[in-house]
Amino acid sequence: MKKANSTKVTNQSRRKFIVSSAAAGGGLALGLNLPYGAGLAAAQGQAASTEINAWVVVKPDDTCVVRIARAEMGQGTHTGLAQLVCEELECDWKKVAIEPISPGQNLARKRVWRDMATGGSRGIRGSNDYVRQGGAAARMMLMQAAADQWSVPVTELTVANGVITHAASGRSTSYGRVAAAAAKLTPPDPKSIKLKNPREWKIAGKPMMRLDTADKVNGGKMYSIDLKLPGMLHAAIKECPVFGGKVVSFDESKIAGRRGVRGAVKVGETGVAVVADSWWRAKTALEALPIVWDEGPGAKQSSATIAAHLKEGLTASDAFADTNVGDAPGAIAGAAKKVEAVYSAQFVSHACMEPMNCTARLTADKAEVWMPSQNAEASLAALSTASGLPLAQCEAYNHGLGGGFGRRGGTQDYVRQAVSIAKQFPGVPVKLVWSREEDQAHDFYRPIAQCKLSAGIDQGGNLVGLHIRVSGQSINAYLAPHNIKDGKDRRQLQGMWPEPDDAQFGYSVPNLRIEYAMRNTHVPVGPWRGVNTNQNGIFSECFIEEVARAAGKDSLEFRRAMLKNHPKHLAVLNAAAEKGDWGKPLPVGVHRGIAQFMGYGSYSAAVAEVSVKGREVKVHRMVLALNCGHAVNPATIAAQVEGSVAYGFDSLQSEITIQNGRVAELNFHTYPVARLAQLPKVETVIVPTYDFWGGVGEPTICVTAPAVLNAILAATGKPVRTLPLKHEGLTLV
Amino acid sequence: MIELNINGRSQQVDVEPETPLLWVIREQAGLTGTKYGCGVAQCGACTVHLDGEAVRSCSLPVSAAAGKRIVTIEGLSRDSSHPVQKAWAALDVPQCGYCQSGQIMAATALLAKNPNPSDRDIDQAMTNICRCGTYQRIRAAIHMAAGGKGVGSIIHMMGATDTSGSETAVAAADHSDAKA
Repeated sequence: MKKANSTKVTNQSRRKFIVSSAAAGGGLALGLNLPYGAGLAAAQGQAASTEINAWVVVKPDDTCVVRIARAEMGQGTHTGLAQLVCEELECDWKKVAIEPISPGQNLARKRVWRDMATGGSRGIRGSNDYVRQGGAAARMMLMQAAADQWSVPVTELTVANGVITHAASGRSTSYGRVAAAAAKLTPPDPKSIKLKNPREWKIAGKPMMRLDTADKVNGGKMYSIDLKLPGMLHAAIKECPVFGGKVVSFDESKIAGRRGVRGAVKVGETGVAVVADSWWRAKTALEALPIVWDEGPGAKQSSATIAAHLKEGLTASDAFADTNVGDAPGAIAGAAKKVEAVYSAQFVSHACMEPMNCTARLTADKAEVWMPSQNAEASLAALSTASGLPLAQCEAYNHGLGGGFGRRGGTQDYVRQAVSIAKQFPGVPVKLVWSREEDQAHDFYRPIAQCKLSAGIDQGGNLVGLHIRVSGQSINAYLAPHNIKDGKDRRQLQGMWPEPDDAQFGYSVPNLRIEYAMRNTHVPVGPWRGVNTNQNGIFSECFIEEVARAAGKDSLEFRRAMLKNHPKHLAVLNAAAEKGDWGKPLPVGVHRGIAQFMGYGSYSAAVAEVSVKGREVKVHRMVLALNCGHAVNPATIAAQVEGSVAYGFDSLQSEITIQNGRVAELNFHTYPVARLAQLPKVETVIVPTYDFWGGVGEPTICVTAPAVLNAILAATGKPVRTLPLKHEGLTLV
Repeated sequence: MIELNINGRSQQVDVEPETPLLWVIREQAGLTGTKYGCGVAQCGACTVHLDGEAVRSCSLPVSAAAGKRIVTIEGLSRDSSHPVQKAWAALDVPQCGYCQSGQIMAATALLAKNPNPSDRDIDQAMTNICRCGTYQRIRAAIHMAAGGKGVGSIIHMMGATDTSGSETAVAAADHSDAKA
């Protein structure tokens, strides 16, 4: 295990604090060690702790420290994972602390904590089994240690809140007292571990207060961007504004002699950074630095050329059909009534509140980075590659992220940049911070897409044929070409897949054809909270609404009839309709819209109440239902659902456009995002069926925009097909 | 040298007078609770109080703050005991937390002027951006800090024992009218 060095301790020593709060189950007193570091407690002179196994450390005062491998970016995974471990551990929830591990530690211990990647709403669903087993194994070892001490069979012992009792002899002891003995025992065979029935949960499944709130209300939480190291320099960066362009030259003499400036450096082939003794001096010097770019062929591209490129894909012959049931084109051609529409969804940026940043320090035999990362192992790998040092000589210190949303996962561009800059200042820590403008200009945007949909309705108003053609950019083509098999990229049809479990298309249509035509652009794309169910949810659910209206059917009943074969889709739709008062009277001028969709292993539905006055669209209330299988923390789930409404509003009002090959919207005055006044009252309906593990962070976002858009259609009679709303003469207020 | 009064403490800073107050607070004064978000007074992550008024410090030259009382999130209370901080904690408002210093500084400035704001007052005063979307709980926490009821989240737990579509609601939890 890596030992915390002195600098790290200096910077982290104030991270110990106590949370006191009236919460579910009464007053909590939670100690929290952040942001990382087994070995840190000893370095801080705290009482010796005993590691029972990789997941559980017990302190003499009975505090149980739960080790966490996944990243916390606000989604509540740290608290949720701790609840799962503690549920099996049977410890006292009032004496729980969490301790993130580092990728170097994970590597040194042969990845005992397994995957550290935190994306795709997988933080809990992807690790619940082995973290619960870790908690259960620790409980079994602690109980065995007490049984050994008392020379009684372990089957005669009971445990509750970290206190082990032998009723027959009236003896009891605590986890803190038997921890040292327990740690010496052989861990139980994982096959012998029986996990609790979730219906008997006492800690998991309950709306526990978060473990990480206290220092988020007093400015004490240290994000990566807040890091200070002795002798640290600051860097500001500018990449070629046109994607794919390169640096030709820059004239450093023009910034020579500026106060605090240490120099301008080339970053790879594409960027230039200025390094100074303060970030403001670095940034202003960078703005004054003349840079000559070779903008490359991308400079000829614009939103108009990209739109034309995608439009061609709507009818091109190179698309592949992922679903082809019956004869959709034939059924539509022969139907009593036809409906056809073309929808389009825009590029959007992540706009994490904490801009991209990373601090790097390189010496001849050690490379370190401090960063906000959704995948600290990817950060470590990027550090190793960029520094040229082997993994064993690298360490990456992750921090709680100031927003992630998919931006800070596998790409790690900001880590590579920081390492490239720090290489030119050996031994000196350099903190790279992007300006908001740079953050907007060099994101991995939600892919742009268009969709042509055709439907055939019979005399009875039934949907007999549905043909969906998505034409748009591929994330895999940009970031992970190996995931494209035989030229067919299924990922862009997420939410429209035929197979169950992750993102299944819920409607049964006798003739159904779903196709994708890959149309890539020079603009980088990547995961974006809920992608690609965001775009596909809009295409599918808004068009189904148009078809229901053309068929003269009620929006809910029309959907219900087509969901009979998919009871979980149906149940969550019904839950949203019930709690959303579908069919009940509304104030004059207020209209409802409904939508359902599946993504990230969970089932979602929403009802929106909206009024439209002239150009102004006001969303008054949204009721969103979610079946994520197991609801580990209902309060956190509600927070994620509420957040998905705000982030989902990006589909309605935010847009990255391309002019002369570069992004036009470089800050929030031209790139509107949701503000408090725009948010409706949000109600969360949780419908757990306890027979699967689904995601939480992303699923409900895919029904937010379509529910609102369908309510707009109900209000105006006119479908909104081109997003954001401004293209249809509307604005969200 | 410019003399600043930050959280009741005077200090001299040797920076260019046009440097935004935000960067002086973060880098020279070492108070990192105040955040950089946009640099153009749009997002409010950098909100501090200047003589009691909420200002966006990213767009205020440090020279304009000389001789005035600057209060940052660190100076709001010694022990997170300000009613707004208590309400924020009681309702678990923060998600990632990055914007919350600015949100809290904006909310405290609002309540100082208007001790019992309406929803409309909150709409108008609270223009800070939160990308996690904690707005509903922010609104509730402001009402709670003003002495009212703070319902952060409305949660309906439905116990679906099967997936036939005929589930029954077993609980309608309104958990988060938390007892502060």
